[in-house]
Amino acid sequence: MKNTFIGSPVERREDLRFVRGRGQYVDDLEPDGLLYAVILRSAVAHGRIRSIDASAALRIAGVHAVITAQDMPDGPPIIAMRLQPMPEFKPFEQPVIAAGTVHYVGEPIAVVLPDTTAVGEDAHQRLARHNEPVPPVTDCASAARGDRLLFEAQGTNRSMTFTAACGDTDAAFAEAPYVRREKFRVQRHYGLTLEPRGVLAQWDAAKGRLTVSGAAKVPFFNRRILAKQIGLPENAIDMVENDVGGGFGARGEFYPEDFLIPFAARHVGRPVKWIEDRRENLMAMNHAREAEVDVEIACRRDGMILGLRGHADVDMGAYMRTNGAVGARNIAQFMSGPYAIPNIRITSSLWMTNKTPVGTYRGPGRFETDFFRERLFDMVAGDLGIDRVEFRRRNLIPASAMPYPFATITPFESKDEIDSGDYQVTLDRCLAEFGWAEKAKLQGRLIDGRYHGLAVGCFIEGGAAGPKETARLEINADGSVSVFMGSSAVGQGVETVFAQIAADALEVPMDRIAGVFHGSTAYVSDGYGAYHSRSVVMGGSALLDAVKNLHEAIRGEAAKRWGCASAEIKITEDRIGGPDGRAATFATFASLSAEGIFLNKKHTYTCGAHAAHVTVDARIGQVEIVDYLTVVDCGRIINPMTVRGQVIGSLVQGLGGAMLEHLVYDDEGQLLTGSLADYLLPTASDFLNLRAIVTDMFPSPINPLGAKGAGEGGIISAGGIMANAVANALSAFGVEPRELPLTPPKIWEMVQKGIPGSGLWPAPERHREECDRPLNPSLPAPAGPRGRSGSAG
Amino acid sequence: MKLPAFEYACPATLAEAVALLAAGDGDAKLLAGGQSLVPMMAFRVASPALLVDLRKLAELRRIEITGEAVRLGAMTRWRDIEDDARLDTAHPLLKAAVAEVAHYQIRNRGTVGGSIAHADPAAEMPGIAVACDAEIAVAGPAGSRVIGASDFFIAPLTTALAADEIIVEIRLPAWPAARRWAFKEFARRRGDFALAGTALFYDVDARGKAFNAHVGAIGVGDRPQRLAAAEAAINGQTVDIATSERAGSAASAAVTPQSDIHASAAYRQALLGTLVERALQSACA
Amino acid sequence: MQVSFEVNGNNVSVDVEPRMTLADCLRHMLRLTGTHVGCEHGVCGACTILVDGMAVRACLMLAVQADGSEVITIEGLSNDDALTPLQVSFRRHHALQCGFCTPGMIVTAHALLSEEPDADADRIREVLSGNLCRCTGYISIIDAVLDARAAYKKPAP
Repeated sequence: MKNTFIGSPVERREDLRFVRGRGQYVDDLEPDGLLYAVILRSAVAHGRIRSIDASAALRIAGVHAVITAQDMPDGPPIIAMRLQPMPEFKPFEQPVIAAGTVHYVGEPIAVVLPDTTAVGEDAHQRLARHNEPVPPVTDCASAARGDRLLFEAQGTNRSMTFTAACGDTDAAFAEAPYVRREKFRVQRHYGLTLEPRGVLAQWDAAKGRLTVSGAAKVPFFNRRILAKQIGLPENAIDMVENDVGGGFGARGEFYPEDFLIPFAARHVGRPVKWIEDRRENLMAMNHAREAEVDVEIACRRDGMILGLRGHADVDMGAYMRTNGAVGARNIAQFMSGPYAIPNIRITSSLWMTNKTPVGTYRGPGRFETDFFRERLFDMVAGDLGIDRVEFRRRNLIPASAMPYPFATITPFESKDEIDSGDYQVTLDRCLAEFGWAEKAKLQGRLIDGRYHGLAVGCFIEGGAAGPKETARLEINADGSVSVFMGSSAVGQGVETVFAQIAADALEVPMDRIAGVFHGSTAYVSDGYGAYHSRSVVMGGSALLDAVKNLHEAIRGEAAKRWGCASAEIKITEDRIGGPDGRAATFATFASLSAEGIFLNKKHTYTCGAHAAHVTVDARIGQVEIVDYLTVVDCGRIINPMTVRGQVIGSLVQGLGGAMLEHLVYDDEGQLLTGSLADYLLPTASDFLNLRAIVTDMFPSPINPLGAKGAGEGGIISAGGIMANAVANALSAFGVEPRELPLTPPKIWEMVQKGIPGSGLWPAPERHREECDRPLNPSLPAPAGPRGRSGSAG
Repeated sequence: MKLPAFEYACPATLAEAVALLAAGDGDAKLLAGGQSLVPMMAFRVASPALLVDLRKLAELRRIEITGEAVRLGAMTRWRDIEDDARLDTAHPLLKAAVAEVAHYQIRNRGTVGGSIAHADPAAEMPGIAVACDAEIAVAGPAGSRVIGASDFFIAPLTTALAADEIIVEIRLPAWPAARRWAFKEFARRRGDFALAGTALFYDVDARGKAFNAHVGAIGVGDRPQRLAAAEAAINGQTVDIATSERAGSAASAAVTPQSDIHASAAYRQALLGTLVERALQSACA
Repeated sequence: MQVSFEVNGNNVSVDVEPRMTLADCLRHMLRLTGTHVGCEHGVCGACTILVDGMAVRACLMLAVQADGSEVITIEGLSNDDALTPLQVSFRRHHALQCGFCTPGMIVTAHALLSEEPDADADRIREVLSGNLCRCTGYISIIDAVLDARAAYKKPAP
């Protein structure tokens, strides 16, 4: 039987429990003897803690203990970085609890251990803390001035500068007939998950075993970190991954609570559970995206890009988190996206500020760079009088150039290259399906009180981070096969997708795959988890290896039992045949198990294009989407239904980032967006008319499945697309968005500034003189002033 | 975000409820639908010592329509208003405003009295009350009194209610069939508090001229307000494009909104003007 | 204090502090963990249940307010042997990924379709705008609810 589960829109197995409310998330676990943990967090952004007096709190009935840094005689352990763990970052890593100085509102300073969370919150109000607040650093500019330092001993607030370089930008810019320089900014927002975080720790003193539930994303890494911090061997710790209410890059990295709760469980000798509430989550889950860039592009008159150079300042928050450098680094290395830019020099500086520390959010650094780059492209195309689609076409990396190297990034030198893809094809498909040729005639037109704007852009999405993944297969007594994965579930449907892959490879019906067990450290010897859209490529490929090894193991075992050579054993589906008519089924080999691995050092690059048609009510700044199409090619598609779900879900997150979401701080470092009434997430009525087409034209040559990571493409283009669409709609007013989010008041203000006679009409910026006339005289002069730079819109 | 501890009482009569409030000595709060109060308690910005639950006071949950007024018992839920077909004609402006309140689940529990007592400057019901010259009947230890809407709302989350008074009823003057009206608000997302909004109506005389214009504004000040300047721009005029533009400008000039993280004062001002203008252009009978 | 109400057809009586929300009472005292808590301030809708037939936010109700009421949770809208029409439709349309918002979505959709089996896409979107989903982007959820309407239509007399 040749299965075709791969490529089929198989309905998900995990749905059977989720739709019935039978999922098991960490807060659903309630072992006997449970105590809760309620974390007291700093209410000041920067200050010295002189003391915490827990005596009044401890007198409250139901409060069993209060833990502070004083309970850690060797000082609170420091959380080591998982990705790009360079020595320069070490001084900026976070202690699991504040000891002496706090650096952001939300930093843990004490852990109360009550019978119930409610009592714990009561106790907070009785904890007497004596702070000496210090004026905080609240943005990159003040961080750079350096008159106030987060870490005095370091003498700077800058933890690192990455440089991405190729070719010779000095020469390219010196010779270029056209350059344009702009500043752009993306706001702080984050991968808020609907289920807040939680940790349940259980310490079995008799066995010396620690069980931690609530793990997600990278349980094996986290176990390694925890083992070192808490002084236990790794194999004395089980990290259990339950059902997880979303990850998006934010959940699952090692946070302070991932040490504090296990520490508390050992401290009091009872199970301890901490469940984050939403107020905490807004100030304690990794923030992301806040970056500003000063970027310059050099072009030939025909629009071929000669060079790109610039500098990004990235706001890191108060500490370098386990994956905190990723976004900033990606901004430097991936600014070029799917475009062939021969000369690049981008630096990206990481600034520490007294705000929540920063980690990753889906498409880290890529959402930011696509906004910066695609905005710049539309501006440049306008200056040069070249059609915006044509401008992109001329500069897309040709398929013949694959594998195509990115600019090399230093330090922590890493080279990366694009594996496969023909970007003209995905762009063509997008334009055709969208109806670009017809719709483009609406560009900038006022119809029934609304201005119409269209935008198009191309993206690539990196996936499949290595170095390794592990899968294990085990035959059950009834001959079914259980699958154990080192991959983690974050809602992407691994229980179904891996069952599809396993069933196809084993050539058995899907119902012979008893289940897919994921994430927990008990399942495989070594797992690497879910991030950088790696699960299908890494986990799936490891699974194929496991199938091969399982077949080997069966042959070996059958040969032993039947006294023949393994080459004489034939496996057809779940039937095993030997010489002289010997026959058996999988059930005969119950409890046989085999592991497989996949090693990988290269990334896959999913590609595609977005096109959008919006209308804008210029008087109130309200934007509506008429049509938004995403075309994504992710190589081999395992489940077209789930991959489409990833694209749409990811796109709506991107639209949230483009239009709605913003973590706002005041000058005191207080987080002003402290609830979901102020941090605005997309709802069902916000973004209509979204379409996704997923194709499999460009398989990846770097893994046996030919698959590519597909979780992040939808989000990457959304900022640049919406900003360009709004700019094009409001071109009559010279509206040029340079920052996100595009809120109605911001759009309105830009329109006001562009209204002649409003007194706010700014003077055009200087370009190279040759470019003050449109280069293509047959095109009309663009409306309004061109070529403004600076941050004022 | 667990609630702080409190004593709880669930009286069976209005008199009992009043007595409990009075005995609470300023530290008791009424629990109606809970859709505004409970979140405040979850954030521990409200910590009353005693909650007095009004859910057993069935007499407070009713809609009575007479020749003089539409009388809404204080415990009337948004859902009750949505479900009452009589209000399509008896008070279409009220219905239109209620459709904008929060979300489906909130409307199944939230009450008219709760919203009025909570007095959020961007809330729809206080805006309707002020725009329509509603009367708010309250009961306290000293007896009953009636407070006009224009005197009721004082500042954000602050009303003329004494700590021991309970809203019993909101009375909206009867609604003539030929009245022109509109309700328009603009929020970041559906169901969010309005960045600005207007509830307005006017009557038309035999010559087609407007009179009795009432223009209410929400979200643009400390409390909902009627905009006399906008009303003056409408009264005596045919309500055409020019009139609506003048009224919009007058509305804009008449308000001094706050800036916050969601919108600047200038934006809110301009927004209100646009909404008033558009509301007039779309006003229907 | 003692509170008595009906949950999914069963009478229960629990002793709660007045400050305990109905969401926490259902989850921790009655161990009906299908109702999820995502914000505790009445915005996300993950805690939606039916009280006396109407969809409400369980995090904004005190358990004591439920005295004498009929409460239905996602568990009461599910059975072991088969998926209900809404559940089938959610699965078919891939209207869930992490599953955390799903009980609230299904309870709300059930309430809506029970009252308005002809609800169109705009009405469904409007009603579900009070339920946040971070994974799906909503389109598949709206499609799933539209597709389930047939099961709620009353047969012609």
